[in-house]
Amino acid sequence: MTNPSRAALHSGETTTLNRRKVKNALFSLLALAAIFVSMVTLAGLLIDLVGRGGSSLDVQFLTSSPSRIPAKAGILPALVGTLWVTVLVALITLPIGIGAAIYLEEYAGRGRIARLLKINISNLAGVPSIVYGIFGLAIFVRGLDLGRTAFAASLTLSLLILPVVIISSAEALKAVPPSQREAAYALGATRWQVIRRALLPAAAPGILTGIVLAVARAVGETAPLILIGAVTFVTFVPTNPFEDKYTVLPIQIFNWANRPQEAFLEISAAAILVLIALMLLLNGAAIYLRARLSRGLQW
Amino acid sequence: MSMSKAKPTVRATTQEGARVTAEQVNASAARQESALRFDHVSCSYGKNLVVRDVALEVPRNQVTALIGPSGCGKSTLLRSINRMNDLVPSFRLDGSIYFDGEDISAQGADVIEIRRRVGMVFQKPNPFPKSIFENVAFGPRLLGQSTGLDDLVEESLRRAALWDEVKDKLSEPGLSLSGGQQQRLCIARAIAVRPEVILMDEPCSALDPRSTLQIEELMRVLAKDYTIVIVTHNMQQAARASDQTIFMTMGDDRAGYVVEYAPTSKVFTAPEHQLTADYVSGRFG
Amino acid sequence: MTYITLPRSRPAERAIEFGLRVAAAVGIVTTVGIIAVLAVEALLFFAEVSPVDFFTGTRWSASIKPFAFGVIPLVVSTLMIALIALAIAVPIGILAAVWMSEFASMRARNIVKPILEILAGIPTIVYGFFAITVITPLLKATILPELGTFSALSAGIVVGILILPLIASLTEDALRAVPRGLREGSYAMGATRWETVRRVLLPAALSGIAAAVILAMSRAIGETMAVVLAAGTNPQLTIDPTESVQTMTAFIVQISLGDTPADSLQFKALFAVGATLFAMTFALNMISTWIVSKYRNEYD
Repeated sequence: MTNPSRAALHSGETTTLNRRKVKNALFSLLALAAIFVSMVTLAGLLIDLVGRGGSSLDVQFLTSSPSRIPAKAGILPALVGTLWVTVLVALITLPIGIGAAIYLEEYAGRGRIARLLKINISNLAGVPSIVYGIFGLAIFVRGLDLGRTAFAASLTLSLLILPVVIISSAEALKAVPPSQREAAYALGATRWQVIRRALLPAAAPGILTGIVLAVARAVGETAPLILIGAVTFVTFVPTNPFEDKYTVLPIQIFNWANRPQEAFLEISAAAILVLIALMLLLNGAAIYLRARLSRGLQW
Repeated sequence: MSMSKAKPTVRATTQEGARVTAEQVNASAARQESALRFDHVSCSYGKNLVVRDVALEVPRNQVTALIGPSGCGKSTLLRSINRMNDLVPSFRLDGSIYFDGEDISAQGADVIEIRRRVGMVFQKPNPFPKSIFENVAFGPRLLGQSTGLDDLVEESLRRAALWDEVKDKLSEPGLSLSGGQQQRLCIARAIAVRPEVILMDEPCSALDPRSTLQIEELMRVLAKDYTIVIVTHNMQQAARASDQTIFMTMGDDRAGYVVEYAPTSKVFTAPEHQLTADYVSGRFG
Repeated sequence: MTYITLPRSRPAERAIEFGLRVAAAVGIVTTVGIIAVLAVEALLFFAEVSPVDFFTGTRWSASIKPFAFGVIPLVVSTLMIALIALAIAVPIGILAAVWMSEFASMRARNIVKPILEILAGIPTIVYGFFAITVITPLLKATILPELGTFSALSAGIVVGILILPLIASLTEDALRAVPRGLREGSYAMGATRWETVRRVLLPAALSGIAAAVILAMSRAIGETMAVVLAAGTNPQLTIDPTESVQTMTAFIVQISLGDTPADSLQFKALFAVGATLFAMTFALNMISTWIVSKYRNEYD
């Protein structure tokens, strides 16, 4: 007394179902392979870097100047230059980026001008970094006659990361619920008081995290700095970012990587490790900042 | 505890502190009873009329409830008193709202000062992500006060019936409190700037029954010192806790209008209009 | 009880608003400035070299006489590397995104996603280094023993890895934007996960994915350091990826590294090439934005 429809279920349809299941499994495997490839790449990169550069990484490396002899070469001027640029970029981007984001989110409204500003910002975010270098060369180095200084470089890099900072700060401001604004207004706050005392404190974790991450990105940029004139062979430590010639880590890395000798590739790798360490530090600071400032900010 | 309420005139120019003029003394005698007066007030968002021709007076130091079905403009009307609707670009108000005899709906009125004197508590408690102390101190700090905050915070929390529960943990985050406590914190926050009127927009709808009753009792006590206007969906709440009741409903033109305005007991036991009777007996809404 | 009402001065409010407006204006000024600089300097170049020769010429020789300024070799090299990069990044990136969005457990996702974010954060110079030290030797050791130190293939591979996280994360966003209802409808009919992905999700997210790919292409075209180190500086017109080529960005770097005087024709060529690069990436970005706005299905 077999149920006819049950019989149908068991005959031809099973094989189709099995085939589909097999396809499903195959594609899953393919996707996993794709992921695997990405992870292997990252691993390979790290292994190569550490293997090649690990041995050159010592105190002498960190405290000497570059030299024609790889064994004696160090990254001190480049490291100092990078630190100068990091600080200056952070200082320049903070007020302008946050200010622009506040204007876009709280003052500009929803009309045409606001949309135009926002489209403009996202376009700027997509401009290649080398174009910013060209712009910086024309305007800061030549036009404003700031010369080939770390200051000119900082201005250029600030412009480069400004769109990203504005976008992430605007997102942080948007994430504050409207009820917070209403509560502050209802107590008789002026618009700026609402922003300064209710919005900014609430959006601070997101804003600061965004800035630190953007500065970390600026630190790793090379192309704009080549355009701006970061010199490739600097033996002294720059002390005045408005006047001295300077160099930065990525430029130093590039300079050494361009040489055919194996020894230079090794110190280039070591310098890369320092750069990555610096970026990890910045990323870690961003995560820490966000965690610390978010305490008590659950909505 | 006596409260000296500074009453600077609501003007377009900047404040200079309390100034009692002869006209104010005369006017004060005349306006003993009503705190708020609606003079043919209509509200619209762009081309949509949402509140039609409201004309009534809200008496001082009493609880006035605003009831009616969803969407009939109760909240809009409430929020136009403290100019919160100004935050919506398309909003327009026709007619005038008078507070203590002054037209607070006028273009040139000092909105900031209005909002200080007419406070608001919202439907969902919205304390700032700051400590309990800083939540209450937020308003006074806005006004430039930096000394005497401890006393002011304590007084406000006492008036909001929250002091005993939080006096040992003033530096804890305001968001760590329960829903009912958060709402009382918001009431304390509103009280801290010494308003004369407190507007409440469905303040208990997000709370459990016990907290709701607590806040209703609190309203009765607060009414001794403040004029309370409360929008509520909860008819029993209106019947329990208010002195006057305004009943609004939506007309055929989809705009809200006032059907009846009378002492609460009358509205709920012997209403004049059939619509009112239908609504309070639950036949619609 | 002291109680001070200070006049909240409105002039201060207006001053603050002015300051904020200035900050917001920096964005506009930058865009206008970039366009102005590139346009002016490029025009100075075109005063000496005809635009027709520039845009249609197939020989580029900026430093070695006889000079020639036909930009096609640079553009072809740039596009070739970008296409190789896309060939790698698009399939892997989309697969990775699909896996993370539809298949992976929370735990697995929490491992893979940060890894992709780390990949995205690595400076491009490191990718160039990777090309020299790992990719090129690997290619030489396995499938292309005749490969030179510089090649478009090596550069393309490395740029592909570089843009992979971008495609993966944008595709994941696009997939996540597809409403649950569509997924549930498909599963309820007995479809397997992959069938749902192939027949329902990917088509629904297609506009977002297309926008992502175009954005990634723009990124690949604008990439500098990885290609400078990997592809070299030989501005020849070829479509053979094993050859050494020079991209637009590599040329710009070459000129600025050298001792070329600022008013020389070569330096002006830098701006002309820069302008072309900007125009290309700008156009691609606009297309990407347009696709998102035009084809976004209004699900709500």
